[in-house]
Amino acid sequence: MAVIRDMIPAFELFQPTSVEDAIALLDRYGEDGWVLSGGLDSFDWFKDRIKRPTAVVDLVNLDELRGVRSNGDGVEVGALTTLTDVATQPELMSSYGVLADAAARIATPQIRNRGTLGGNLVQDTRCWYYRGGWPCYRAGGNTCYAASPTAMNREHCIMGSSRCVAVNSSDTASALIALDAQCVIVGPRGERVVAAEDFFMRPSVDIERMTVLNPGELLTAVRLPARWAGQRFYYEKVEDRKAWDFALMTVASAMRMNGGTIEEARLAVNGVAPYPVRLTEAESLIRGQVPSDDLGMRAGDLAVARAQPLRHNDFKVPLMRNLVRRAVRGVED
Amino acid sequence: MAERLVGQDITPDDLHAKITGRAKYAEDFKVDGMVFAKLLLSPMPHCRVRRIDASAALAMEGVIDILTAADIPATDAPGEACLTMEPHYEGEPVLAVAAVDETTAADAIEAIRVDFEPLPFVLNPLDSLRPNGPNARLDGNTMVGREISTIKWTEEDFAAAPEGAMPMGEPSAEWSVGDIESGFGEADLILDETIVHQSLTHHPMEPRTTLAYWRNGKLHMHTSTQSLARTHGALAGMLDMDLEDIVVVGEFCGGGFGSKIAGSVHMLIPAYLSRKINRPVMMRINRYEETYIGRARPGFQARVKIGFRADGRITAMDMYILNDGGPYGRSGDYMSAGSTASLTYTPLNQRHRGVGVYTNTPPKAAQRGPGGAQIIGMLEPLMDKAARELGIDRLELRRLNAPDPDVRFGPNQGGLTSVFVKEAIDQGAELFGWEERTARSGERNGSRVTGIGVGVSPYTAGSSGFDGLLVIRTDGKVYIHQGVGNLGTHSVVDTARAAADVLGVSWDDVEILWGDSSRNVPWSSVQAGSQTTFAHTRANHAVGSAAKRLLQEIAARDLGGAPGDYDVADGRVFRRSSPSTGMSFAQAASRAVELGGRYSGHEVDEDLHDMTKAAVANLAGQGLVSAARDNYPREGGVQSWVVGFAEVELDTETGQVDIKKYTAVADCGTVLHPRSLGGQILGGSVQGMGMAMSQKWVFDPTWGVAFAKRLYTARPPGILDVPIDMEWAAVDLPDPQNPVGPKGIGEPPVGAGSAALTSAIADALGGRCLCRTPLTPDVILAEIEGRPPAYGPLDLHV
Repeated sequence: MAVIRDMIPAFELFQPTSVEDAIALLDRYGEDGWVLSGGLDSFDWFKDRIKRPTAVVDLVNLDELRGVRSNGDGVEVGALTTLTDVATQPELMSSYGVLADAAARIATPQIRNRGTLGGNLVQDTRCWYYRGGWPCYRAGGNTCYAASPTAMNREHCIMGSSRCVAVNSSDTASALIALDAQCVIVGPRGERVVAAEDFFMRPSVDIERMTVLNPGELLTAVRLPARWAGQRFYYEKVEDRKAWDFALMTVASAMRMNGGTIEEARLAVNGVAPYPVRLTEAESLIRGQVPSDDLGMRAGDLAVARAQPLRHNDFKVPLMRNLVRRAVRGVED
Repeated sequence: MAERLVGQDITPDDLHAKITGRAKYAEDFKVDGMVFAKLLLSPMPHCRVRRIDASAALAMEGVIDILTAADIPATDAPGEACLTMEPHYEGEPVLAVAAVDETTAADAIEAIRVDFEPLPFVLNPLDSLRPNGPNARLDGNTMVGREISTIKWTEEDFAAAPEGAMPMGEPSAEWSVGDIESGFGEADLILDETIVHQSLTHHPMEPRTTLAYWRNGKLHMHTSTQSLARTHGALAGMLDMDLEDIVVVGEFCGGGFGSKIAGSVHMLIPAYLSRKINRPVMMRINRYEETYIGRARPGFQARVKIGFRADGRITAMDMYILNDGGPYGRSGDYMSAGSTASLTYTPLNQRHRGVGVYTNTPPKAAQRGPGGAQIIGMLEPLMDKAARELGIDRLELRRLNAPDPDVRFGPNQGGLTSVFVKEAIDQGAELFGWEERTARSGERNGSRVTGIGVGVSPYTAGSSGFDGLLVIRTDGKVYIHQGVGNLGTHSVVDTARAAADVLGVSWDDVEILWGDSSRNVPWSSVQAGSQTTFAHTRANHAVGSAAKRLLQEIAARDLGGAPGDYDVADGRVFRRSSPSTGMSFAQAASRAVELGGRYSGHEVDEDLHDMTKAAVANLAGQGLVSAARDNYPREGGVQSWVVGFAEVELDTETGQVDIKKYTAVADCGTVLHPRSLGGQILGGSVQGMGMAMSQKWVFDPTWGVAFAKRLYTARPPGILDVPIDMEWAAVDLPDPQNPVGPKGIGEPPVGAGSAALTSAIADALGGRCLCRTPLTPDVILAEIEGRPPAYGPLDLHV
């Protein structure tokens, strides 16, 4: 059968007005159901007729999942909060600036107006073999086209691969891991809470999923703990253009300072592995140290010690080293 | 006397329509009974269609019919047909389905079974030149003269090239001027570099959508095209029909950049399909399809050897360019690159060789400054390298090699109508602050280092010999008919000023008829090669002058005296010695109708094109009808120049580049419309910036299929990628061979924008020239870190 792209096929559209109803619908349709929020990821798949759900559950009417509210221990950001709101909400800007900065660097104003925090976290990878409909491991096939010796894999991973070498493309993921955020998941069997660093699926565990969300589950909110409010942050995104680009890499750090030394640090990088990577060894290295370029360099070297570049992405090794270096040096007084 | 219109900022009539969305592009038209077409594209880079089974699709409700290559006339190789049974690139249209709506048509495509037999394919020209390398076409891999032919280089040719350098075997074309060897003998410094310029999709905002229908034997086409009269002519030729049996409507065009010069071959699909099913057919092309069928600029792999005297004068230039030609036609970018280099640097001796190699990549076509923009972007940092090694100022080296007005250049050693590039260099250096800024080159601020660059870029800017047509109706207004397409440059409106100025009328008394061949348009140049401004200010000057003569004759006939006693101004023709003696244009137009003959369009000049004669015949009797061919003399070619200057900051830890300032100065003759000119200079420069910095296409070499098919992966520059601080100026010296003075400007800024950045980045890297585009962070960072480069020195499509 011939292939045609860029033309959305018909599907049944549901717009439930409560989380309960949404979950019930997703439960009813199982594999044939699809969660739609901002649509930036979904419509690409639909247009290319590669993902073809029969039922699309549009969350547009779930106002309860929108907005930022205090919850006693920090704040809770609803999963449907737009990226524009995340980037400009006063409390996020003042207390959790690393997340606001990350949201502000996503794509374009138009996309940030439509796109949601939840959608940014659960988005699928942009590996162009996989997005092009190639029957790769992640698509249920039995090879990774991007890892072949002649493949075009400049954007792919330098660590953490397991058969699949795609990267996670969320710009907010590294910021949320740095903030030790918690992801609230609601499903047919109730609510569960998962740390941001555990929210993203390793391909070694399940190669067809980007997150730990099970079919029928919704990410409803992200909780930012008070413990990290107003600490020292650093965020940077490197991309080919200055807007409307998926990151080549992002780095985020959060540090609790005591006098001139780092009392506690959290460092995360995205764009280097099939999931955002928390750099625990580098965190240990810098704990108790005074931030400096030299310290940053050592942390960066440690972070890339096990990197294994593919044919076209060797540049990600020095880039990751330098970004970690900057994230550490960036809090220099 | 009305103010002279040439040189004024006048908002073009169509601007409000564009801003408010009222402008109707091809896909905004609807016709009763209209159905929709969708395309089935080849999934392979080269294959043969063995069998098509559309039975299931045709049985679907709402599906009307299909159109295949069997339904259309055959095309002579290496020409391109709108549908084919032997696709030569992934994405080439195989068939079209007509259905009541697009959803149905798309579902129908998925229900069609096509049996594709894979054929050998090649993406990289060098691979095709290897002794046993594949050919993109079954009948050869290049054109020699006018023949499809096969060129293979020998193992010895490949072995003779030093590591990383481009090998050079038998060329398909070459020319030389002077004695290249003695030129190198006189050189104190010789550079020998291998360069790679990527291929680039055109990416106009409006895809090449077409609506076609037949009514009373006439074909009506609404299509996205750069040119109007010439699209009309091209359609008549392609369909073997008479001009009067075709109506072309192209009121607005959302960009073409050379990809829609006379429309495109795929506009024929709805025309044939509509004839087959006897219903109007709308074929909306989406971005995915546009990336395949929407044309591309050919990439280059090249070897460049340049000899410099100690003072910076270029004694010899020897270039060998491989042209990634796509599968069809005769893309000539690799040859125009040689002429552009010859003009820009006037080497004392030059040899130019190349092979235009067919590849199984989307078809190539002219893209804004074809050949010139690529080569200037690659050569300018080499000029910097030479200046550095010779210890002379980079701008001084360019001035020294820049042409004077009496230049002779290229294979035919032709001349030009005017050259004021040295004036542009000097004016630009002053405006940009070259001295002060270059003093900061290499300056570090944390991880960031400053680089300063310059690019000197010429391109063709005019032709002549076309027709002008206007009617002064009995309402006293001047109706100027334009066969020029509305491709977004304002030339469809602005060139009419030449006629209005000759007639001394205010702009409010001018109406422009355009965008529809049934509005009786004159024969025109193509809206390409930046020809229009020069060609049609001349043509409109000619027709304005002819109309003025008719007015003078009518006045003399009625009011006495000789025609030469009369002048025109403010909608009147009057006696110079007693201005109150005269008549209004309205009165003169009524008299023209009464007088008939050559006053009313019932008699026309023999030298007019048939299209113009037909238009005049339709208009005859409506007033004073004037048509004239541009018979003004012209000696030499026409070229304009843009000199671009850039300051960048390069982050040595990430490889990212910020453009801090950009200044561009043009030599494009008299300024016709300042605001529009600024838009062209800076807009073209931005296109060049994208070429240098981010824009690319990518192919998987094993499977031969494209990846960067979406705008977000192809990465044309966005507004945040260009500096807030951009400025432009023009030398504003008239071209002496245009009675109005302007030359075209569409194309030269692209090379200037690209080269200013490749030059500035090399400067920031301490003079290291990466000799490759685009200069993305990965390429720059690998160089800074001394890592193994991500790509081989001759890798293409990466």
